[in-house]
Amino acid sequence: MTPGVLDTLKERLAGEVADASVSHGMLVLVLAPADLLGIVQRLESEFRFDLFLDVTAVDWPGQTPRFEVVYHFYSTAHRIRVRLKTRVPEADPAVESLVPLYGSAHYMERECHDMYGIVFRGNPDLRPILLYEGFVGHPLRKDYPKRQEQPLVPYRS
Amino acid sequence: MDVKLPNPVRSAFEKTERDDTVIVNIGPSHPATHGTIQIIAELDGENVVRADVHCGYVHRGFEKECESHTWHNLIPYVDRLNYCSGLINDFAYCEAVEKLMGIELTPRCKVLRTLLSEYSRIADHLTCIAASLMELGAMTAFLYLIMIRDFIYEHLADLTGARVTYTYGRIGGLARDLPPGWLSRLEEILGGYEVFVGRVHGLMDRNRIFIDRTRDVGVISTADAINWGFTGPILRSTGAPRDLRKDTPYLAYAELDFEVPVGIKGDNYDRYYVRMREMDESVHMIRQLVDMLPEGPINVDDRRCTLPEKRLVYTEIESLINHFKLIMEGPQVPAGDAYVAHEAANGELGFYIVSTGTGTPYKVHVRAPSFVHMGGVHRLMEGYQLADIIPTFGSVNMIGGECDR
Repeated sequence: MTPGVLDTLKERLAGEVADASVSHGMLVLVLAPADLLGIVQRLESEFRFDLFLDVTAVDWPGQTPRFEVVYHFYSTAHRIRVRLKTRVPEADPAVESLVPLYGSAHYMERECHDMYGIVFRGNPDLRPILLYEGFVGHPLRKDYPKRQEQPLVPYRS
Repeated sequence: MDVKLPNPVRSAFEKTERDDTVIVNIGPSHPATHGTIQIIAELDGENVVRADVHCGYVHRGFEKECESHTWHNLIPYVDRLNYCSGLINDFAYCEAVEKLMGIELTPRCKVLRTLLSEYSRIADHLTCIAASLMELGAMTAFLYLIMIRDFIYEHLADLTGARVTYTYGRIGGLARDLPPGWLSRLEEILGGYEVFVGRVHGLMDRNRIFIDRTRDVGVISTADAINWGFTGPILRSTGAPRDLRKDTPYLAYAELDFEVPVGIKGDNYDRYYVRMREMDESVHMIRQLVDMLPEGPINVDDRRCTLPEKRLVYTEIESLINHFKLIMEGPQVPAGDAYVAHEAANGELGFYIVSTGTGTPYKVHVRAPSFVHMGGVHRLMEGYQLADIIPTFGSVNMIGGECDR
């Protein structure tokens, strides 16, 4: 962990994002969905965040915009992580895909699409990955009942 | 049966690109792959042209389930992610919660967690190497390695009460301290490990058949491996010394002397050898940790998460209420989110947790190394032969529990 890089990063990006803070030793950038691809491109080329670790979403029903898409990146050169957060509305839960920048985005975006119904514009393959073809709904949304069952093969009676 | 059952997956390619290739489905339950995975491959003779890898057959809604249990009650579930090294999952999850609560572990707990993480890493690597060697026909090597792994499992059962799913981590500490004689048995097992892993080195390292099957098979470059999200032994086999234990030390790793073994080519042989060398480093670390193990409590003295002593629960009202609140409502974790990553046996295991300040998580997300690896594993298969899928898949060590969650 190099705190120097963290501060430099925060200073240089602070003007371009809605909010930049350090939480539990990790830089957290909050930004508008439209700025996502540009910022990630800069993180990747200028600051060498070469490892795309994770993408997931958090569902906040009752808040607008409802979904918070959360990204984690790691820089193998600087050994620091950064978290990106962007909010998308329920009516159009779409962000730009990171597939042009990272190969690992293919699978992780598919999972997030499965679980939350976030649409990643530009990902050519958003087929279900953990769920099956034809599954209705997005199970990790808070309004999906925990006990709801939709068996693909009918239960034997 | 004449009922036509629906197909759970839609293949990425229904038609072949050329007229001299065929599409073959492998899995999801295939005797030669350990792990429930489906590979749809387009073959040109014996060569794999394209591969479409599907996981999800062991999906059981882990993350959904987490949202309706207290923070403590999740510990048995996280055990079942990577069931070859359950303790590493336990400790990574507990550390994420501790980070939000601002808890600093006791020195003894820190050293014990590090020791048990390394011990689990040995068990995990033994399983991976043993299984992938057996799939290549090396039965003796399999029996040698699994024998040591079972000594480790039984030894961990002495400590935790279970062979595989330990539920041993606690928020702010551990379930119990070491039983008497545990450390002397540990040294016996490490001695046995050295004898039998030495024999496996003798059987495999320069074995013509093994080298032919694994050398220059499933090759990936460092740049590609990083682009496709590979971490852990697979990334290190390409020659990149990237290890979270060294790069962003957690637990007691900063105080330890160890090396990060790397490969040369990033092929199956290198992945085998990196794992073998990593186990040696783990043994070296365990011996240092045994020497530095301090006396003292294993749990933090913090009423927000540590259960009071049973004797006090029965004799004083404050402890009774404390116990009741912790069990019924769970530890109250301050609102916020945290991401904690540990170097698990397969790569970066990350827990992203979100709390709204109650005793139940708002969200728990696992960054499972196996899942990300499955997203890039087609790169290791395309261009090689159909039979090479087996050693390649074995060397990736996909664990269905953490991949599909």
